[in-house]
Amino acid sequence: MAVAAAGRPAGAAPPRFSVRALTPWYFMAPAVLVMAGGLLYPIFDALYLSFFDWKIATPFSKASHVGLANYVRLVSDPDVRESLWVTVRFGFWTITVEMVLGVALALLLEKPIRGASVFRTIFILPLMVSPVVVGLIWRYLFDARIGWINHYLGEWFGIEPLIWLGAPDLAFFAIVLTDIWQWTPFIFIIVIAGLQALPSEILEASRIDGANWWQQTFLVKLPMIRSILVIALLMRLIDVFRALEVMYIMTGGGPGRATELMSLHIYNRAFDAQLLGYASAIAVLLIAVVFLLSLGILAHGNPMNEKSDV
Amino acid sequence: MTSGTRLVHPLKGWSRYGGLILLAVICLLPIWVMISTSLKNEVLIFDGRPIWFFFFPTIENYEYILTRGKFDRYLTNSIIVATASTFFTLFFGGLCAYALARSEFRGRRFTANATLLLRMVPPAVLAVPAFAMAAAFGLKQDLAVLTFFYTALNLPFAIWLLFGFYKQIPVELEEAAIVDGASPLQVFFRVLMPLMKSGYAVAGIFAFRIAWNEFILALLLTGRRTRTLPVAAAGFITDTGVEWGRIMAMGTLIVIPPLLFTFFAARQIITGMTAGAVKG
Repeated sequence: MAVAAAGRPAGAAPPRFSVRALTPWYFMAPAVLVMAGGLLYPIFDALYLSFFDWKIATPFSKASHVGLANYVRLVSDPDVRESLWVTVRFGFWTITVEMVLGVALALLLEKPIRGASVFRTIFILPLMVSPVVVGLIWRYLFDARIGWINHYLGEWFGIEPLIWLGAPDLAFFAIVLTDIWQWTPFIFIIVIAGLQALPSEILEASRIDGANWWQQTFLVKLPMIRSILVIALLMRLIDVFRALEVMYIMTGGGPGRATELMSLHIYNRAFDAQLLGYASAIAVLLIAVVFLLSLGILAHGNPMNEKSDV
Repeated sequence: MTSGTRLVHPLKGWSRYGGLILLAVICLLPIWVMISTSLKNEVLIFDGRPIWFFFFPTIENYEYILTRGKFDRYLTNSIIVATASTFFTLFFGGLCAYALARSEFRGRRFTANATLLLRMVPPAVLAVPAFAMAAAFGLKQDLAVLTFFYTALNLPFAIWLLFGFYKQIPVELEEAAIVDGASPLQVFFRVLMPLMKSGYAVAGIFAFRIAWNEFILALLLTGRRTRTLPVAAAGFITDTGVEWGRIMAMGTLIVIPPLLFTFFAARQIITGMTAGAVKG
């Protein structure tokens, strides 16, 4: 315990084995145990299960050990490849649009103004709505028969009603648009916070040196918030691999596998196709991808690694 | 140095407001579509012509949801799971973050990094193992299982957030308490707890929101009696026609707690969201 240590004269080494040295672990034990049981163990369990051929509704004792068969299948499975490709495309379009829109809007609208808190409150609304409900709302808006989007497309542009969620490309567009609606505000808010945390002296200095708005934006502000942008990008990228609810509600992953992102693919393989072992192998692939992306965030510094106040 | 070059912002006063208002409208529209649809009768909905404001509102959809289904049960389940997991998250997470923030010990760095990595675990990865674990323990469709997993899912973020809040409290306060003979637990509960209120508020809002909204684990780990609200809402989507009025009524009811949080604690929510990327 550092606080206990504080009572000691500075420089005195803590006793090697003592109750005191264990105190931090007593404090951490409950959280560490829950995370070990609820997050770490399931990851290793998924790895273990991925070596079995286990069908749902049969006891695990009846499952046969199949070695690497699930992984062999995984490598050459066109469905997995397609789902991965859908995820990458989804990530590319949503994150590109969200980053460009979010950053541009933040730069244009960052000046403190009257009523800023009202606007900020409204902007976080899409982020707070349950993903399931977001899926329901947009499924209604995109409905082929009574959806508002078809109605206005017809009224304003004379476009015949489209079967949005029934055609691969349209369905893909629909989930991309929904994601952009929900997550652009996230980028916007993070970038605004970053911009407002910039030291005003530097901005002032660049202004005195005669920088115009464009120069100040691209040569001073954006470079200074670069690490914020990278972290926001990585967090969104990880979210793409976690996303599931909205597609589950809007399309179920269809038509075909046109909107079946990785997470939903795992779910469908496990509980629709009922292949628990094989789904676990895909889950291992997913966790590997997410782990690599997370290392990118870690490389940008983990605030918890800061020295503790001993 | 000439003072002739002034910073000309591409957007002038009123157009900046215009931009903000347009954005606000885009954020609000779909939510309003949900609320207004929940107040329309079936004829009006299936007419297919969007009516934004001027229609004769009905509460028949809410009446149906609240009286015909088992809404009260689902609501109770959701409240139990969300409250319990938020409580455990704050309790365990607070203790853990305190240890990480205030003491240097072997394994500290590893715990900190592992916590950050575990924050990213996709719930879909947990799906199959969680399903298998619940079956192995004979706890199928038990709310305790769901509470356990939500606590686990929420802990990394909570620890990480609370860590930052502990860092802002001067150590001298605790030293003074130690000198007065307080035990570590007394320091934690009597001295720090009151100072950590805002930190716990932020972490609590996020933990509650995740647990309240979570869908996929709830779908797998609950049964007819233990279903939570998002699972019940998803269940309205059937292959034979979708009862949009009722679905939107359900959606509106589900969204009430998160919306209340937004209106009363927007500042805290933004603190939590930006804590990750922006070093304050």
